[in-house]
Amino acid sequence: MNKGTLLRWYRTMMRIRVFEETVNEKFLAGEIPGFVHLYVGQEAVATAICDLLNESDYITSTHRGHGHAIAKGADMKRMMAELYGRETGYCKGKGGSMHIADFRIGMLGANGVVGGGINIAVGAALAGKLLDNGRIAVSFFGDGASNRGTFHEGINMAAIWKLPVIFVCENNQWSSTTFYRNSTAVEDIAVRASAYGIPGLIADGNDVFDVYEKADEAVKRARKGGGPSLLEVKTYRVKGHFIGDPEKYRRREEIMEQLENNDPIKRFVQRVTDENLLSSEELTQVDQEVVEEVKNAVEFAQSSPFPDSSQAYEDLFVEDGVQ
Amino acid sequence: MREVTFAEATLEAMREEMARDSRVFIMGEDIASQGGIFGQFKGLADQFGLERVRDTPISETAIVGAGIGAALGGLIPVIDMHFADFLGVAMDEVLNQMSKIRYMFGGQANLPLVLRAPDGVTRSGAAQHSQSLEAIFMHIPGTKIVAPSNAEDAKGLLKAAIRDPNPVIYFEHKDLFRRKGQVPDGEHITPIGKARVTREGDSLTVVSYSRMFTEVEAACQQLGDEVEGKVELIDLRTIVPMDVETILASVRKTHRLLIVHEAVKRGGVGAEISAVVAEKAVEYLDAPIVRIGAKPYPIPFSPPLEREIVPQVDEIISAIRGLLNARI
Ligand SMILES: Cc1ncc(C[n+]2csc(CCOP(=O)(O)OP(=O)(O)O)c2C)c(N)n1
Repeated sequence: MNKGTLLRWYRTMMRIRVFEETVNEKFLAGEIPGFVHLYVGQEAVATAICDLLNESDYITSTHRGHGHAIAKGADMKRMMAELYGRETGYCKGKGGSMHIADFRIGMLGANGVVGGGINIAVGAALAGKLLDNGRIAVSFFGDGASNRGTFHEGINMAAIWKLPVIFVCENNQWSSTTFYRNSTAVEDIAVRASAYGIPGLIADGNDVFDVYEKADEAVKRARKGGGPSLLEVKTYRVKGHFIGDPEKYRRREEIMEQLENNDPIKRFVQRVTDENLLSSEELTQVDQEVVEEVKNAVEFAQSSPFPDSSQAYEDLFVEDGVQ
Repeated sequence: MREVTFAEATLEAMREEMARDSRVFIMGEDIASQGGIFGQFKGLADQFGLERVRDTPISETAIVGAGIGAALGGLIPVIDMHFADFLGVAMDEVLNQMSKIRYMFGGQANLPLVLRAPDGVTRSGAAQHSQSLEAIFMHIPGTKIVAPSNAEDAKGLLKAAIRDPNPVIYFEHKDLFRRKGQVPDGEHITPIGKARVTREGDSLTVVSYSRMFTEVEAACQQLGDEVEGKVELIDLRTIVPMDVETILASVRKTHRLLIVHEAVKRGGVGAEISAVVAEKAVEYLDAPIVRIGAKPYPIPFSPPLEREIVPQVDEIISAIRGLLNARI
């Protein structure tokens, strides 16, 4: 990996991390309404995979979608403004945390319904194939979502039609209060790929290098017309399911262990430092720039107006009008 | 009488019914270890064990489908839908299986099944976590629908739903879970199909249910003397089968009707009530019927937008005032 790539990865991971930690703080301060699910600890996944995509490629996301949006190139100012319910937000305040989308960069939406995005990615890939525009699609979803019918139906259909789509299951081991082995009959979700005759890959989701390498295979296959792949990335949800989750279902030590020994950013820094790939000055500079950028995003959100109540009646149909 | 929250009242109902009848069990996502998102299942797993308090995968289609099969197999399933919005995931099971099985097969089996569906607006849940969907299900013959507004009925209606040999969708408003209310000591059942007149009056009937009923009460409180003895307030409690007689009797007395619900006004429960009153008692009306409901838009996230779409107390107050002064 060249230095540019490494710095880009680091910057994306840090942008997600600092954004999320700031959202946590501002939510607890009562500035952000709604339900918020943080992507902390899973940064390497969105970072590596979106780095393999073009701006015109598609992704679909989940309730835990901030990281996917940032990695796909979304503007943090407009994201933050959306979380604050402001008119300058991506969805003009209509969506909030669970519903950020930026269609211009192929980010087809976070989703409040678990498994709701999977087949939207299948359809986007179908469009890419029929229009022959070279676009591929990636669907991000959790271990929990892999037990929904949408997952099974979507993979099968994408497989028979050889669609350029990659199903990325972020197995963070927990779906809300449920440990994945209590809701999922197999240890590796990737093995389900064999039921649909497509490749099932496994990556260490907290190692950006490994995610990149495995996803690269799947992306190449999709771009060559080889059809879909299922990529399971093994990661861990270090924060509560949502901000405010009392987390009575798991032990504190389990989380501490992950924070200490398996943090994707720490592991990246360790590796690039050990191998003398990046200097601490280079990393620090990125840190400073990212902190400044997130600070600006917050200021932008805070100083943006709430939408006027009349805006509630806009956007329902292409031609607006109260019925 | 004791003061408990709405969530605790539902929990009492579950405990009593599970203790009374070993066929009653509950399944849903994330109910066992943390006791449900709104604390409405707290401690149930400890008391009854994980066989009868079953955590499921995120598989609503399978949960509701299996609930139907379990009911046919001799159990009494109570299913938590997590959010009423996710009834959509199990729509075929509700629409084509649950609601059809008894009738279509010539009455061969009972289908005692309760779908608990937390609905409504709370904490800026936005478009996919805020809906009130009773009207969609009201349109499907073959399922009963209840929607309590307070702790007492939350308990009473849940017990009645569990004992009912038919499928019942139990809509429990998310914003009501924390609210406290008086619940009678001992066995308490609220019969399905019976509305309650909570305030008597001679000039205007107001029909409401679920959270919006509490907003109507708040409006009446603010109006004080203006509505005393004039407004007759009906808590519908059951949507299917609807207590039409109570509504008609009241309208024949007051000659005016206001219906208030949080669900979208268009095609809502209010439309059905209006039609029934028009069919059966139009000659008694001294003013056009007024309906208040959400505007026909998805629920937006941002608080000022949400307030615009969902009915507010002010709107209820001015509708009550307008109707009290109205004359055809
Ligand atoms: C169809 C549906 N069922 C239930 C929920 C409630 N819910 C939201 S997130 C979640 C857990 C999701 O787990 P997973 O797919 O593993 O994603 P993670 O939260 O771990 O990122 C649940 C049960 C939902 N949003 N949609």
